[in-house]
Amino acid sequence: MDELIAALLRGLWTTVQATFGAFALACVLGLIFAMLRRVRIKWIAVPIAWLIEFIRTTPLVVQAVFMWMALPRLIGMPLPALTVGILALGLHYSTYLSEVYRSGIEGVPRGQWEAAVALNFSPAQKWLRIILPQAIPPVLPVMGNYLIVMFKEVPVLMAITLGEMLLAANSYIASTFADGIVPYSLVALFFLAVSYPSSLLVRLMERRLNRQRGA
Amino acid sequence: MSIQAEPVAEPEVERRSVRPVVRYRNICKSFGELEVLKGVDLDILPGEKVAVIGPSGSGKTTLGRLLMTLEEPTSGTIEVDGELLWHMEKRGKLVRANEKHLHRMRSKIGMVFQHFNLFPHMTILRNVTEAPIRVLGMQREEAERSALEMLDKVGLADKRDNYPSQLSGGQKQRVAIARALVMNPQVMVFDEVTSALDPELVGEVLAVIKEIAADGKMAMLLITHEMDFARDVADRVIFIADGRIVEQGPPSRIFSQPESERLQSFLSRFRAGYRAER
Amino acid sequence: MTLQLLLYGTLLAAVLSFVFGLARLSRFAAVRGTASVLVELIRGTSLIVQLFWIYYALPHLGIELPKLPAAVIAIGVNYGAYGSEIVRSAILAVPKGQREAAIALNFNSYQRMRYIIVPQALLRMLPPFGNLQVELLKGTALAYFIGLGEVFYRTMTQLNYYLYLLVPIFAGLLVIYFALSQLVLLFYRWAERRLAAGRM
Repeated sequence: MDELIAALLRGLWTTVQATFGAFALACVLGLIFAMLRRVRIKWIAVPIAWLIEFIRTTPLVVQAVFMWMALPRLIGMPLPALTVGILALGLHYSTYLSEVYRSGIEGVPRGQWEAAVALNFSPAQKWLRIILPQAIPPVLPVMGNYLIVMFKEVPVLMAITLGEMLLAANSYIASTFADGIVPYSLVALFFLAVSYPSSLLVRLMERRLNRQRGA
Repeated sequence: MSIQAEPVAEPEVERRSVRPVVRYRNICKSFGELEVLKGVDLDILPGEKVAVIGPSGSGKTTLGRLLMTLEEPTSGTIEVDGELLWHMEKRGKLVRANEKHLHRMRSKIGMVFQHFNLFPHMTILRNVTEAPIRVLGMQREEAERSALEMLDKVGLADKRDNYPSQLSGGQKQRVAIARALVMNPQVMVFDEVTSALDPELVGEVLAVIKEIAADGKMAMLLITHEMDFARDVADRVIFIADGRIVEQGPPSRIFSQPESERLQSFLSRFRAGYRAER
Repeated sequence: MTLQLLLYGTLLAAVLSFVFGLARLSRFAAVRGTASVLVELIRGTSLIVQLFWIYYALPHLGIELPKLPAAVIAIGVNYGAYGSEIVRSAILAVPKGQREAAIALNFNSYQRMRYIIVPQALLRMLPPFGNLQVELLKGTALAYFIGLGEVFYRTMTQLNYYLYLLVPIFAGLLVIYFALSQLVLLFYRWAERRLAAGRM
């Protein structure tokens, strides 16, 4: 039993690493995607929109396995599962985050854009100082939710041999011929133990944010 | 002259021998800390048209909603057609009525809302037939016949296959009236039914209500801001302020000779129109 | 097989969405509480964990399920829980006046739901359900992990013979999912149009 818990905790650590790594990637990439979609030039914005849609509506597991098999070939050197996992998970969820950014940006009142023009801000200044600081805080709770979602999706990366919790449970069962009930129930419990309090935190954050904005 | 709970002489209706169709007895209603009605006694006779006027927040809408079972009284009782509305007898004691009792009592009461509340996903005809079919168990043909009759009465039979979104506010309200009438209630609550309408549409709705009032048999509780209308249609006018009935009487007296200061100052807002009459 | 999973999974998920959604709106605190707890439990773990649990852990509690039913149940329960939130918020979004008009006309609470509230909520439910449906489609690929012969699994098992065609095969596989999800979204858009015709 102790070995099981130890193995699961190791897997949990891997899961956490994958989650935060992928989330960081998704935040950055999501913002890039969101801005690319707003570009006036049709033949950039439209294909990007389709690309986002494509990645969003096809299964993460297929994308991950694809990258796991193709990337090493492409760049000529082997890649650790954690790296590929972060890339795949981050890429997949960047599409969702780009949508979140979009709604945040559109939530910024028209007048702000006009004021930025009137005061002659450069595009970079406009984005960095006026628009994004207003666009992002309202959508932070939603982003928080996606962080939690990504955390729960990490076991899918078991398919590319990432040593997260579910894989750890599998290995334990395989090597000790144990019953599936305890290991898998523990995995479920571990996930619940992390995701439920996190979701309460996110809800708290949302409530506090709404109060600040006088909603 | 003292303010009496029940006016003594009424030309059309003999008060003493007829049982009221609605009796509010010491009705109090609070929403949390806010006391909206503070002990209201009111009798409505069968076929009587009672107008309720008063400033916003006075509790007049709540009075109507309590009757329609949309709100529960904090204390006090309401009788409809001789039976308690919100209470029933169980083993010789008075308890809060259950849904079955409320359902039975509700068949005697109807309501037209300020914001119409027509069913947007149904045609006009279906809006008016749905309740007779589902609630009264009428057959479709019979329900449609009586619905068309009622729609004709309010002047909208030709809109039977339209959807509410295609109608003007005045038309929607007339359909709402037809929908409520077709259930044949003994008393109908009209909750500020013209307040949400553009001024030019108010007239058509008031005309319909006047016609219905003239037909006679149904008692009407008209919660309204339209003073002229109240004067034309009502048998009795009730002035409510701060959760209590401050003054009541026939429209001929209430509007031209208000006794209480409260009523006087309330009416002074509308005085311009009334000076011309007197 | 993917389509079978999609179909049965969707049916189960749809039913459970309504069951859980309506339960969470129930007048009875016990019903509301139980449903909420169940939904939180399901949403707190992911589909893959639930799938493993149903297929590999349940047998030790005496319930042994063959692959397809296990996958259908896992998918149905998981997406049903998320769907319940969609149902619940759509019903709450129907204007209060509709409920009051229905009460005034003396509909009983079943009639109110069936003829007045739910038909209006249905239109509001469609867009989020469309998205959920696409997620469900993606979820069918996870049946690979329990060896169910849906399209991803079959691709993987045959892959070794065709490794030189790796990129085209995967690209094709992704395109299949993409095409299916676009069809799903088109269907929902069509359904929205049909339902809204004239009325809203």
